[in-house]
Amino acid sequence: MAIDREEIEKIATLARIKLDEQQIPQVTQSISDILALVDQMQSVDTDGVTAMANPLDATQRLRPDEVTERDERDAFQGIAPNAESGLYLVPKVIE
Amino acid sequence: MHTKTIAELVRGLHNRDFSSEELTRHFLRRIEQLDERYNSFISLTAEQALAQARQADQRLADSNETSLLCGIPLAQKDIFCTQGVRTSCGSKMLDNFIPPYNATVIQRLNDAGCVSLGKTNMDEFAMGSSNETSYYGPVRNPWDRECVPGGSSGGSAAAVSACLAPGATGTDTGGSIRQPASHCGVTGLKPTYGRVSRYGMIAFASSLDQGGPMTRTAEDAALLMNVMAGFDEKDSTSIDHAVPDFTTNLNNDLKGLRIGLPVEYFGDGLDVGIQNAIEQAIKTFESLGATVCDVHLPHTNLAIPAYYVIAPAEASANLSRYDGVRYGYRCEDPQDLFDLYTRTRAEGFGDEVKRRILVGTYALSAGYYDAYYRQAQRIRRLIKNDFVAAFEQVDVIMGPTTPTPAFKLGEKSTDPVAMYLGDIYTIAVNLAGVPGLSIPAGLVDSKPVGLQIIGNYFDESRMLNIAHRFQQVTDWHKQTAPGIDS
Repeated sequence: MAIDREEIEKIATLARIKLDEQQIPQVTQSISDILALVDQMQSVDTDGVTAMANPLDATQRLRPDEVTERDERDAFQGIAPNAESGLYLVPKVIE
Repeated sequence: MHTKTIAELVRGLHNRDFSSEELTRHFLRRIEQLDERYNSFISLTAEQALAQARQADQRLADSNETSLLCGIPLAQKDIFCTQGVRTSCGSKMLDNFIPPYNATVIQRLNDAGCVSLGKTNMDEFAMGSSNETSYYGPVRNPWDRECVPGGSSGGSAAAVSACLAPGATGTDTGGSIRQPASHCGVTGLKPTYGRVSRYGMIAFASSLDQGGPMTRTAEDAALLMNVMAGFDEKDSTSIDHAVPDFTTNLNNDLKGLRIGLPVEYFGDGLDVGIQNAIEQAIKTFESLGATVCDVHLPHTNLAIPAYYVIAPAEASANLSRYDGVRYGYRCEDPQDLFDLYTRTRAEGFGDEVKRRILVGTYALSAGYYDAYYRQAQRIRRLIKNDFVAAFEQVDVIMGPTTPTPAFKLGEKSTDPVAMYLGDIYTIAVNLAGVPGLSIPAGLVDSKPVGLQIIGNYFDESRMLNIAHRFQQVTDWHKQTAPGIDS
Protein backbone atom coordinates (compact mmCIF):
# COMPACT_ATOMS: atom_id res chain seq x y z
CA MET A 1 0.00 0.00 0.00
CA ALA A 2 1.38 3.38 -0.98
CA ILE A 3 1.63 5.95 1.74
CA ASP A 4 1.51 9.69 1.13
CA ARG A 5 3.59 12.55 2.39
CA GLU A 6 0.99 13.70 4.90
CA GLU A 7 0.87 10.27 6.53
CA ILE A 8 4.66 10.07 6.73
CA GLU A 9 4.72 13.42 8.51
CA LYS A 10 2.03 12.22 10.94
CA ILE A 11 3.90 8.98 11.71
CA ALA A 12 7.19 10.85 12.14
CA THR A 13 5.48 13.10 14.69
CA LEU A 14 4.06 10.07 16.53
CA ALA A 15 7.52 8.46 16.51
CA ARG A 16 9.16 11.72 17.61
CA ILE A 17 11.60 11.73 14.71
CA LYS A 18 12.27 15.01 12.90
CA LEU A 19 12.39 14.56 9.13
CA ASP A 20 14.11 17.16 6.98
CA GLU A 21 12.12 18.48 4.06
CA GLN A 22 14.49 16.97 1.48
CA GLN A 23 14.38 13.50 3.12
CA ILE A 24 10.61 13.15 2.92
CA PRO A 25 10.25 11.93 -0.72
CA GLN A 26 12.88 9.21 -0.23
CA VAL A 27 11.50 8.10 3.14
CA THR A 28 7.99 8.01 1.69
CA GLN A 29 9.21 5.82 -1.16
CA SER A 30 11.10 3.33 1.02
CA ILE A 31 8.26 3.00 3.54
CA SER A 32 5.83 2.43 0.62
CA ASP A 33 8.13 -0.29 -0.74
CA ILE A 34 8.22 -2.03 2.64
CA LEU A 35 4.44 -1.79 3.03
CA ALA A 36 4.04 -3.31 -0.45
CA LEU A 37 6.15 -6.27 0.71
CA VAL A 38 4.17 -6.57 3.93
CA ASP A 39 0.85 -6.40 2.11
CA GLN A 40 1.36 -9.95 0.80
CA MET A 41 -0.11 -10.91 4.18
CA GLN A 42 -3.47 -9.42 3.30
CA SER A 43 -4.32 -12.21 0.82
CA VAL A 44 -4.32 -14.84 3.57
CA ASP A 45 -7.54 -15.81 5.30
CA THR A 46 -6.67 -16.01 9.00
CA ASP A 47 -10.21 -16.18 10.39
CA GLY A 48 -10.22 -18.39 13.44
CA VAL A 49 -6.42 -18.34 13.87
CA THR A 50 -5.36 -17.21 17.33
CA ALA A 51 -2.79 -14.42 17.27
CA MET A 52 0.59 -15.52 18.62
CA ALA A 53 2.60 -13.19 20.83
CA ASN A 54 5.05 -15.68 22.34
CA PRO A 55 6.50 -18.76 20.61
CA LEU A 56 5.72 -20.96 23.61
CA ASP A 57 2.49 -19.15 24.45
CA ALA A 58 4.07 -18.28 27.77
CA THR A 59 2.26 -15.79 29.94
CA GLN A 60 3.72 -13.10 32.14
CA ARG A 61 5.38 -14.51 35.22
CA LEU A 62 4.49 -12.75 38.46
CA ARG A 63 6.65 -12.33 41.54
CA PRO A 64 5.90 -11.29 45.10
CA ASP A 65 5.56 -7.52 45.45
CA GLU A 66 8.79 -7.07 47.36
CA VAL A 67 11.61 -4.61 46.95
CA THR A 68 14.48 -6.50 45.37
CA GLU A 69 16.45 -3.73 43.70
CA ARG A 70 18.98 -1.54 45.43
CA ASP A 71 18.77 2.24 45.10
CA GLU A 72 21.25 3.03 42.33
CA ARG A 73 19.96 6.46 41.42
CA ASP A 74 23.39 8.07 41.54
CA ALA A 75 24.88 5.50 39.19
CA PHE A 76 21.99 5.83 36.77
CA GLN A 77 21.96 9.61 36.84
CA GLY A 78 25.72 9.69 36.48
CA ILE A 79 25.29 8.76 32.81
CA ALA A 80 22.42 11.18 32.10
CA PRO A 81 23.02 14.04 29.66
CA ASN A 82 21.81 16.54 32.25
CA ALA A 83 20.89 15.70 35.85
CA GLU A 84 21.05 17.72 39.04
CA SER A 85 20.00 17.15 42.66
CA GLY A 86 18.47 13.79 41.78
CA LEU A 87 16.43 15.23 38.91
CA TYR A 88 16.71 14.80 35.15
CA LEU A 89 16.77 18.24 33.54
CA VAL A 90 14.81 18.96 30.35
CA PRO A 91 13.76 22.22 28.62
CA LYS A 92 11.04 24.13 30.44
CA VAL A 93 7.64 22.51 29.85
CA ILE A 94 5.35 25.08 31.51
CA GLU A 95 5.85 28.83 31.04
CA MET B 1 47.55 -20.79 18.96
CA HIS B 2 44.79 -18.62 17.39
CA THR B 3 43.49 -21.35 15.06
CA LYS B 4 42.82 -23.73 17.95
CA THR B 5 39.28 -24.46 19.02
CA ILE B 6 38.02 -23.50 22.46
CA ALA B 7 38.07 -27.19 23.43
CA GLU B 8 41.77 -27.37 22.47
CA LEU B 9 42.54 -24.15 24.34
CA VAL B 10 40.77 -25.53 27.43
CA ARG B 11 43.11 -28.55 27.35
CA GLY B 12 46.12 -26.28 26.80
CA LEU B 13 45.23 -24.14 29.81
CA HIS B 14 44.60 -27.11 32.06
CA ASN B 15 47.88 -28.78 30.94
CA ARG B 16 49.73 -25.51 31.62
CA ASP B 17 50.94 -25.37 28.01
CA PHE B 18 50.24 -21.64 28.21
CA SER B 19 48.59 -19.27 30.65
CA SER B 20 45.40 -17.31 30.14
CA GLU B 21 47.49 -14.14 30.18
CA GLU B 22 49.70 -15.45 27.35
CA LEU B 23 46.63 -16.51 25.40
CA THR B 24 44.91 -13.17 25.98
CA ARG B 25 48.01 -11.18 24.97
CA HIS B 26 48.25 -13.25 21.80
CA PHE B 27 44.68 -12.43 20.74
CA LEU B 28 44.96 -8.77 21.77
CA ARG B 29 48.11 -8.48 19.65
CA ARG B 30 46.36 -10.05 16.69
CA ILE B 31 43.42 -7.66 17.00
CA GLU B 32 45.74 -4.64 17.25
CA GLN B 33 47.75 -5.78 14.23
CA LEU B 34 45.03 -7.12 11.96
CA ASP B 35 41.63 -5.66 12.77
CA GLU B 36 42.13 -2.54 10.66
CA ARG B 37 41.52 -4.95 7.76
CA TYR B 38 38.14 -6.07 9.08
CA ASN B 39 36.82 -3.43 11.53
CA SER B 40 35.29 -6.23 13.56
CA PHE B 41 35.74 -4.53 16.96
CA ILE B 42 34.15 -1.29 18.16
CA SER B 43 35.99 -1.31 21.49
CA LEU B 44 39.04 -3.22 22.62
CA THR B 45 39.27 -3.71 26.40
CA ALA B 46 42.92 -4.74 26.72
CA GLU B 47 43.54 -3.70 30.33
CA GLN B 48 40.40 -5.30 31.64
CA ALA B 49 41.10 -8.43 29.60
CA LEU B 50 44.58 -8.81 31.08
CA ALA B 51 43.22 -8.30 34.60
CA GLN B 52 40.58 -10.97 33.98
CA ALA B 53 43.24 -13.27 32.50
CA ARG B 54 45.48 -12.92 35.55
CA GLN B 55 42.52 -13.69 37.82
CA ALA B 56 41.73 -16.73 35.68
CA ASP B 57 45.34 -17.90 35.97
CA GLN B 58 45.04 -17.71 39.75
CA ARG B 59 41.84 -19.74 39.61
CA LEU B 60 43.49 -22.29 37.31
CA ALA B 61 46.42 -22.65 39.71
CA ASP B 62 43.90 -24.05 42.17
CA SER B 63 43.38 -27.68 41.19
CA ASN B 64 39.76 -27.51 42.36
CA GLU B 65 38.73 -25.12 39.59
CA THR B 66 35.67 -26.65 37.93
CA SER B 67 34.84 -24.06 35.27
CA LEU B 68 36.03 -25.46 31.95
CA LEU B 69 36.00 -22.08 30.28
CA CYS B 70 38.12 -20.38 32.94
CA GLY B 71 40.76 -18.31 31.15
CA ILE B 72 39.24 -18.50 27.66
CA PRO B 73 39.19 -15.16 25.80
CA LEU B 74 35.99 -14.23 23.97
CA ALA B 75 34.60 -11.29 22.02
CA GLN B 76 31.25 -9.82 23.02
CA LYS B 77 28.74 -8.37 20.61
CA ASP B 78 28.32 -4.69 21.48
CA ILE B 79 24.63 -5.27 22.20
CA PHE B 80 25.34 -6.88 25.60
CA CYS B 81 25.63 -4.38 28.43
CA THR B 82 29.06 -4.46 30.08
CA GLN B 83 29.44 -2.64 33.37
CA GLY B 84 31.90 0.23 33.02
CA VAL B 85 32.57 -0.51 29.34
CA ARG B 86 30.93 1.52 26.55
CA THR B 87 28.05 -0.43 24.95
CA SER B 88 27.11 1.32 21.72
CA CYS B 89 24.80 -1.19 19.98
CA GLY B 90 26.42 0.12 16.79
CA SER B 91 24.62 3.45 17.20
CA LYS B 92 25.53 7.10 17.61
CA MET B 93 22.63 7.14 20.07
CA LEU B 94 24.65 5.04 22.52
CA ASP B 95 28.16 6.15 21.52
CA ASN B 96 28.62 7.60 25.03
CA PHE B 97 26.64 4.93 26.95
CA ILE B 98 28.55 3.20 29.74
CA PRO B 99 26.17 0.73 31.38
CA PRO B 100 26.01 0.62 35.16
CA TYR B 101 25.35 -3.15 35.08
CA ASN B 102 26.20 -6.37 33.23
CA ALA B 103 23.89 -8.34 30.98
CA THR B 104 23.17 -11.78 32.44
CA VAL B 105 25.10 -13.43 29.58
CA ILE B 106 28.15 -11.27 30.38
CA GLN B 107 27.81 -11.94 34.11
CA ARG B 108 27.63 -15.70 33.55
CA LEU B 109 30.69 -15.69 31.28
CA ASN B 110 32.59 -13.49 33.77
CA ASP B 111 31.67 -15.81 36.62
CA ALA B 112 32.92 -18.77 34.58
CA GLY B 113 36.29 -17.03 34.31
CA CYS B 114 36.09 -16.05 30.65
CA VAL B 115 38.12 -13.09 29.46
CA SER B 116 36.42 -10.37 27.43
CA LEU B 117 38.72 -9.06 24.67
CA GLY B 118 36.36 -6.32 23.55
CA LYS B 119 33.04 -5.42 21.97
CA THR B 120 32.28 -6.38 18.39
CA ASN B 121 30.85 -4.33 15.57
CA MET B 122 27.24 -4.87 14.50
CA ASP B 123 24.42 -3.37 12.50
CA GLU B 124 22.87 -0.44 14.38
CA PHE B 125 20.51 -1.84 17.03
CA ALA B 126 20.94 -5.21 15.27
CA MET B 127 18.85 -3.95 12.32
CA GLY B 128 20.58 -5.17 9.20
CA SER B 129 21.92 -8.16 7.32
CA SER B 130 25.25 -6.79 6.17
CA ASN B 131 26.80 -4.86 9.08
CA GLU B 132 26.66 -1.76 6.87
CA THR B 133 24.23 0.13 9.12
CA SER B 134 26.80 0.41 11.94
CA TYR B 135 27.68 3.95 13.07
CA TYR B 136 31.27 2.64 13.30
CA GLY B 137 31.50 1.65 9.64
CA PRO B 138 31.02 -1.68 7.90
CA VAL B 139 32.83 -4.89 8.80
CA ARG B 140 34.70 -6.65 6.01
CA ASN B 141 34.39 -10.36 5.36
CA PRO B 142 37.73 -12.10 6.05
CA TRP B 143 37.15 -14.41 3.07
CA ASP B 144 36.75 -11.49 0.67
CA ARG B 145 37.18 -8.02 2.01
CA GLU B 146 35.09 -6.53 -0.77
CA CYS B 147 32.14 -8.50 0.63
CA VAL B 148 29.92 -8.05 3.66
CA PRO B 149 30.30 -10.41 6.63
CA GLY B 150 26.54 -10.58 7.03
CA GLY B 151 24.68 -9.13 9.96
CA SER B 152 23.74 -8.10 12.40
CA SER B 153 26.43 -10.03 14.36
CA GLY B 154 28.95 -9.31 11.57
CA GLY B 155 31.77 -8.23 13.87
CA SER B 156 31.51 -11.38 15.99
CA ALA B 157 31.45 -13.61 12.89
CA ALA B 158 34.41 -11.83 11.28
CA ALA B 159 36.41 -11.87 14.53
CA VAL B 160 36.01 -15.64 14.91
CA SER B 161 36.60 -16.22 11.18
CA ALA B 162 39.81 -14.15 11.20
CA CYS B 163 40.98 -15.91 14.39
CA LEU B 164 40.94 -12.67 16.39
CA ALA B 165 38.94 -14.54 19.05
CA PRO B 166 38.24 -18.26 19.50
CA GLY B 167 34.55 -17.56 20.13
CA ALA B 168 32.07 -14.73 20.42
CA THR B 169 28.57 -13.91 21.54
CA GLY B 170 25.90 -12.95 19.04
CA THR B 171 22.20 -12.23 18.94
CA ASP B 172 19.63 -13.36 16.39
CA THR B 173 16.26 -11.70 15.73
CA GLY B 174 15.77 -12.77 12.11
CA GLY B 175 19.02 -14.59 11.32
CA SER B 176 21.63 -12.29 12.87
CA ILE B 177 23.75 -15.15 14.24
CA ARG B 178 23.21 -17.75 11.50
CA GLN B 179 23.53 -15.55 8.40
CA PRO B 180 26.89 -13.96 9.35
CA ALA B 181 28.10 -17.37 10.59
CA SER B 182 27.22 -18.74 7.15
CA HIS B 183 28.94 -15.89 5.27
CA CYS B 184 32.10 -16.03 7.39
CA GLY B 185 32.45 -19.82 7.63
CA VAL B 186 31.85 -20.24 11.36
CA THR B 187 29.39 -22.14 13.56
CA GLY B 188 26.51 -20.10 15.00
CA LEU B 189 23.60 -21.21 17.17
CA LYS B 190 20.34 -19.36 17.80
CA PRO B 191 18.82 -21.23 20.74
CA THR B 192 15.12 -21.77 21.46
CA TYR B 193 13.41 -18.47 22.32
CA GLY B 194 13.75 -17.95 26.07
CA ARG B 195 16.74 -20.30 26.50
CA VAL B 196 19.35 -17.54 26.93
CA SER B 197 18.53 -14.53 29.09
CA ARG B 198 17.77 -11.26 27.34
CA TYR B 199 18.48 -9.23 30.49
CA GLY B 200 20.93 -6.47 29.56
CA MET B 201 20.84 -7.44 25.89
CA ILE B 202 19.69 -4.23 24.24
CA ALA B 203 16.19 -4.90 22.94
CA PHE B 204 15.27 -4.84 19.25
CA ALA B 205 12.18 -7.08 18.86
CA SER B 206 11.57 -8.65 22.24
CA SER B 207 9.45 -11.62 21.12
CA LEU B 208 12.13 -12.67 18.60
CA ASP B 209 15.52 -11.67 20.10
CA GLN B 210 17.74 -14.49 21.31
CA GLY B 211 21.44 -14.58 22.21
CA GLY B 212 23.75 -17.43 21.31
CA PRO B 213 27.34 -18.53 20.64
CA MET B 214 29.49 -18.09 17.51
CA THR B 215 32.48 -20.42 17.38
CA ARG B 216 34.62 -22.53 15.07
CA THR B 217 33.00 -25.86 16.01
CA ALA B 218 29.76 -27.32 17.34
CA GLU B 219 31.68 -28.67 20.33
CA ASP B 220 32.77 -25.12 21.21
CA ALA B 221 29.20 -23.87 20.81
CA ALA B 222 28.12 -26.58 23.29
CA LEU B 223 30.77 -25.44 25.76
CA LEU B 224 29.57 -21.83 25.54
CA MET B 225 25.91 -22.86 25.76
CA ASN B 226 26.68 -24.63 29.03
CA VAL B 227 27.48 -21.22 30.50
CA MET B 228 25.12 -18.94 28.56
CA ALA B 229 21.84 -20.90 28.80
CA GLY B 230 19.53 -21.07 31.78
CA PHE B 231 16.56 -19.52 33.49
CA ASP B 232 16.92 -15.92 34.63
CA GLU B 233 14.29 -14.30 36.80
CA LYS B 234 15.48 -10.89 35.57
CA ASP B 235 14.16 -11.71 32.08
CA SER B 236 10.38 -11.93 32.09
CA THR B 237 10.36 -14.19 29.01
CA SER B 238 13.15 -16.50 30.17
CA ILE B 239 11.96 -20.10 30.12
CA ASP B 240 12.30 -22.22 33.24
CA HIS B 241 13.23 -25.40 31.39
CA ALA B 242 15.84 -28.00 32.37
CA VAL B 243 19.24 -27.15 30.90
CA PRO B 244 21.25 -30.21 29.84
CA ASP B 245 25.03 -30.49 29.61
CA PHE B 246 25.17 -29.67 25.90
CA THR B 247 28.40 -31.68 25.47
CA THR B 248 26.98 -35.00 26.74
CA ASN B 249 25.38 -36.13 23.48
CA LEU B 250 27.94 -34.72 21.05
CA ASN B 251 29.19 -38.14 19.99
CA ASN B 252 25.84 -39.92 19.74
CA ASP B 253 25.37 -42.12 16.69
CA LEU B 254 23.24 -40.61 13.91
CA LYS B 255 21.85 -43.97 12.79
CA GLY B 256 18.11 -43.63 12.26
CA LEU B 257 18.12 -39.82 12.44
CA ARG B 258 15.23 -38.48 10.35
CA ILE B 259 16.15 -35.37 8.35
CA GLY B 260 13.47 -33.28 6.63
CA LEU B 261 14.25 -31.08 3.65
CA PRO B 262 11.66 -28.31 3.20
CA VAL B 263 10.79 -28.17 -0.49
CA GLU B 264 10.17 -24.44 -0.08
CA TYR B 265 13.87 -23.92 0.79
CA PHE B 266 15.17 -25.39 -2.47
CA GLY B 267 13.22 -23.36 -5.03
CA ASP B 268 13.79 -20.25 -7.13
CA GLY B 269 16.40 -17.83 -5.90
CA LEU B 270 18.72 -20.43 -4.40
CA ASP B 271 22.26 -20.21 -5.79
CA VAL B 272 23.13 -23.42 -7.66
CA GLY B 273 26.52 -23.72 -5.97
CA ILE B 274 24.90 -23.48 -2.54
CA GLN B 275 22.28 -26.04 -3.51
CA ASN B 276 25.04 -28.45 -4.58
CA ALA B 277 26.96 -27.93 -1.35
CA ILE B 278 23.84 -28.57 0.75
CA GLU B 279 23.00 -31.71 -1.24
CA GLN B 280 26.55 -32.94 -0.68
CA ALA B 281 26.21 -32.32 3.06
CA ILE B 282 22.93 -34.27 3.11
CA LYS B 283 24.71 -37.20 1.43
CA THR B 284 27.29 -37.09 4.21
CA PHE B 285 24.50 -37.41 6.77
CA GLU B 286 23.03 -40.35 4.84
CA SER B 287 26.43 -42.04 4.96
CA LEU B 288 26.32 -41.55 8.75
CA GLY B 289 23.04 -43.47 8.91
CA ALA B 290 20.42 -40.72 8.65
CA THR B 291 17.31 -41.00 6.51
CA VAL B 292 16.06 -38.09 4.43
CA CYS B 293 12.61 -37.05 3.26
CA ASP B 294 10.84 -33.95 1.98
CA VAL B 295 8.76 -31.85 4.36
CA HIS B 296 6.53 -28.86 3.70
CA LEU B 297 6.59 -25.47 5.39
CA PRO B 298 3.76 -24.01 3.31
CA HIS B 299 3.70 -20.54 4.88
CA THR B 300 7.40 -19.85 4.20
CA ASN B 301 6.63 -17.05 1.73
CA LEU B 302 4.71 -15.16 4.44
CA ALA B 303 7.57 -15.14 6.95
CA ILE B 304 9.29 -12.01 5.62
CA PRO B 305 6.05 -9.97 5.36
CA ALA B 306 4.96 -10.97 8.88
CA TYR B 307 8.44 -10.34 10.29
CA TYR B 308 8.56 -6.83 8.78
CA VAL B 309 5.48 -5.95 10.75
CA ILE B 310 6.24 -7.67 14.05
CA ALA B 311 9.93 -6.72 14.32
CA PRO B 312 9.46 -3.02 13.44
CA ALA B 313 6.37 -2.77 15.66
CA GLU B 314 8.25 -4.13 18.66
CA ALA B 315 11.30 -2.03 17.75
CA SER B 316 9.24 1.16 17.61
CA ALA B 317 8.06 0.48 21.17
CA ASN B 318 11.48 -0.61 22.48
CA LEU B 319 13.36 2.29 20.93
CA SER B 320 10.96 4.89 22.32
CA ARG B 321 13.22 4.84 25.41
CA TYR B 322 15.92 6.80 23.55
CA ASP B 323 14.64 10.25 24.37
CA GLY B 324 17.79 12.21 25.19
CA VAL B 325 16.80 12.48 28.84
CA ARG B 326 18.18 9.56 30.83
CA TYR B 327 21.24 8.33 28.94
CA GLY B 328 22.78 8.29 25.50
CA TYR B 329 22.86 11.03 22.90
CA ARG B 330 21.12 14.37 23.37
CA CYS B 331 20.89 17.04 20.65
CA GLU B 332 22.55 20.43 21.18
CA ASP B 333 20.52 23.32 22.51
CA PRO B 334 16.95 21.93 22.47
CA GLN B 335 14.30 24.64 22.19
CA ASP B 336 11.55 22.71 23.99
CA LEU B 337 10.75 19.12 24.98
CA PHE B 338 9.34 18.18 21.56
CA ASP B 339 12.43 19.60 19.87
CA LEU B 340 14.62 17.65 22.34
CA TYR B 341 12.91 14.37 21.46
CA THR B 342 12.62 14.80 17.71
CA ARG B 343 16.10 16.16 17.05
CA THR B 344 17.80 13.74 19.46
CA ARG B 345 16.19 10.84 17.64
CA ALA B 346 16.74 12.31 14.15
CA GLU B 347 20.43 12.88 14.85
CA GLY B 348 21.07 9.81 17.04
CA PHE B 349 19.51 7.10 14.85
CA GLY B 350 20.69 6.04 11.40
CA ASP B 351 18.46 5.69 8.33
CA GLU B 352 17.60 1.97 8.68
CA VAL B 353 16.66 2.31 12.34
CA LYS B 354 14.46 5.32 11.59
CA ARG B 355 12.86 3.45 8.70
CA ARG B 356 11.92 0.53 10.95
CA ILE B 357 10.64 2.78 13.73
CA LEU B 358 8.41 4.55 11.19
CA VAL B 359 7.09 1.26 9.73
CA GLY B 360 6.40 -0.03 13.24
CA THR B 361 4.71 3.18 14.33
CA TYR B 362 2.50 3.00 11.26
CA ALA B 363 1.59 -0.66 11.85
CA LEU B 364 0.59 0.08 15.44
CA SER B 365 -1.21 3.35 14.75
CA ALA B 366 -4.96 3.76 15.15
CA GLY B 367 -6.93 2.09 12.38
CA TYR B 368 -4.10 -0.10 11.12
CA TYR B 369 -3.45 -2.41 14.10
CA ASP B 370 -5.78 -5.23 13.00
CA ALA B 371 -4.68 -5.16 9.37
CA TYR B 372 -0.98 -5.25 10.22
CA TYR B 373 0.05 -6.33 13.71
CA ARG B 374 -2.88 -8.66 14.44
CA GLN B 375 -2.69 -10.22 10.98
CA ALA B 376 1.08 -10.70 11.34
CA GLN B 377 0.61 -12.42 14.71
CA ARG B 378 -1.95 -14.77 13.19
CA ILE B 379 0.39 -15.62 10.33
CA ARG B 380 3.07 -16.19 12.93
CA ARG B 381 0.85 -18.90 14.40
CA LEU B 382 0.49 -20.53 10.96
CA ILE B 383 4.27 -20.50 10.53
CA LYS B 384 4.75 -22.09 13.95
CA ASN B 385 2.16 -24.74 13.08
CA ASP B 386 4.15 -25.57 9.92
CA PHE B 387 7.17 -26.42 12.06
CA VAL B 388 5.13 -28.34 14.64
CA ALA B 389 3.66 -30.49 11.84
CA ALA B 390 7.07 -31.06 10.24
CA PHE B 391 8.57 -32.18 13.55
CA GLU B 392 5.91 -34.87 13.81
CA GLN B 393 7.56 -36.49 10.76
CA VAL B 394 11.26 -35.73 11.24
CA ASP B 395 13.82 -35.07 13.98
CA VAL B 396 15.51 -32.09 12.35
CA ILE B 397 15.07 -29.89 9.30
CA MET B 398 18.02 -29.02 7.08
CA GLY B 399 18.57 -26.55 4.27
CA PRO B 400 20.68 -23.59 3.26
CA THR B 401 21.19 -20.72 5.72
CA THR B 402 21.23 -18.13 2.94
CA PRO B 403 20.17 -18.13 -0.73
CA THR B 404 23.49 -16.65 -1.94
CA PRO B 405 27.07 -16.39 -0.68
CA ALA B 406 28.25 -13.11 0.86
CA PHE B 407 27.42 -10.18 -1.41
CA LYS B 408 29.52 -7.09 -2.18
CA LEU B 409 29.64 -4.12 0.16
CA GLY B 410 27.17 -1.53 -1.13
CA GLU B 411 25.37 -4.01 -3.39
CA LYS B 412 22.09 -3.92 -1.48
CA SER B 413 22.54 -1.01 0.92
CA THR B 414 20.30 1.35 -1.08
CA ASP B 415 17.47 -1.17 -1.50
CA PRO B 416 16.05 -2.22 1.88
CA VAL B 417 13.54 -4.69 0.43
CA ALA B 418 16.27 -6.54 -1.54
CA MET B 419 18.28 -6.76 1.69
CA TYR B 420 15.26 -8.12 3.62
CA LEU B 421 14.58 -10.87 1.05
CA GLY B 422 18.01 -12.42 1.69
CA ASP B 423 16.77 -13.60 5.10
CA ILE B 424 14.15 -15.92 3.60
CA TYR B 425 15.49 -19.13 5.25
CA THR B 426 16.27 -17.76 8.70
CA ILE B 427 13.35 -15.51 9.64
CA ALA B 428 10.65 -18.18 10.05
CA VAL B 429 12.79 -19.86 12.72
CA ASN B 430 12.61 -16.74 14.91
CA LEU B 431 8.88 -16.34 14.32
CA ALA B 432 8.32 -19.94 15.43
CA GLY B 433 10.86 -19.63 18.27
CA VAL B 434 12.58 -22.92 17.44
CA PRO B 435 16.38 -23.24 17.55
CA GLY B 436 18.54 -22.90 14.43
CA LEU B 437 22.21 -23.63 13.81
CA SER B 438 24.46 -22.75 10.87
CA ILE B 439 27.66 -24.70 10.19
CA PRO B 440 30.20 -24.43 7.36
CA ALA B 441 29.40 -26.92 4.60
CA GLY B 442 31.30 -25.85 1.51
CA LEU B 443 32.72 -23.03 -0.56
CA VAL B 444 31.20 -21.29 -3.58
CA ASP B 445 33.43 -18.85 -5.49
CA SER B 446 35.89 -19.19 -2.59
CA LYS B 447 33.21 -17.98 -0.15
CA PRO B 448 31.72 -20.07 2.67
CA VAL B 449 28.35 -21.83 2.49
CA GLY B 450 26.28 -22.43 5.63
CA LEU B 451 24.14 -25.50 6.27
CA GLN B 452 21.20 -24.64 8.48
CA ILE B 453 19.99 -27.23 10.98
CA ILE B 454 16.61 -26.38 12.49
CA GLY B 455 15.54 -28.31 15.58
CA ASN B 456 12.43 -28.74 17.65
CA TYR B 457 11.95 -26.63 20.77
CA PHE B 458 14.74 -27.18 23.33
CA ASP B 459 16.50 -29.71 21.08
CA GLU B 460 19.81 -27.82 20.87
CA SER B 461 21.70 -30.77 22.33
CA ARG B 462 20.73 -33.04 19.44
CA MET B 463 21.43 -30.31 16.86
CA LEU B 464 24.93 -29.87 18.27
CA ASN B 465 25.40 -33.66 18.22
CA ILE B 466 24.43 -33.72 14.52
CA ALA B 467 26.74 -30.82 13.71
CA HIS B 468 29.60 -32.35 15.71
CA ARG B 469 29.37 -35.68 13.89
CA PHE B 470 29.39 -33.81 10.57
CA GLN B 471 32.46 -31.87 11.65
CA GLN B 472 34.26 -35.08 12.55
CA VAL B 473 34.01 -36.36 8.98
CA THR B 474 34.37 -33.05 7.09
CA ASP B 475 36.88 -30.22 7.30
CA TRP B 476 34.91 -27.18 6.08
CA HIS B 477 34.97 -25.76 9.60
CA LYS B 478 38.78 -26.07 9.71
CA GLN B 479 39.36 -24.03 6.58
CA THR B 480 40.50 -20.50 7.25
CA ALA B 481 40.13 -17.38 5.18
CA PRO B 482 43.01 -16.48 2.84
CA GLY B 483 45.86 -14.77 4.66
CA ILE B 484 45.04 -16.28 8.06
CA ASP B 485 48.19 -18.22 8.91
CA SER B 486 48.41 -20.58 11.81
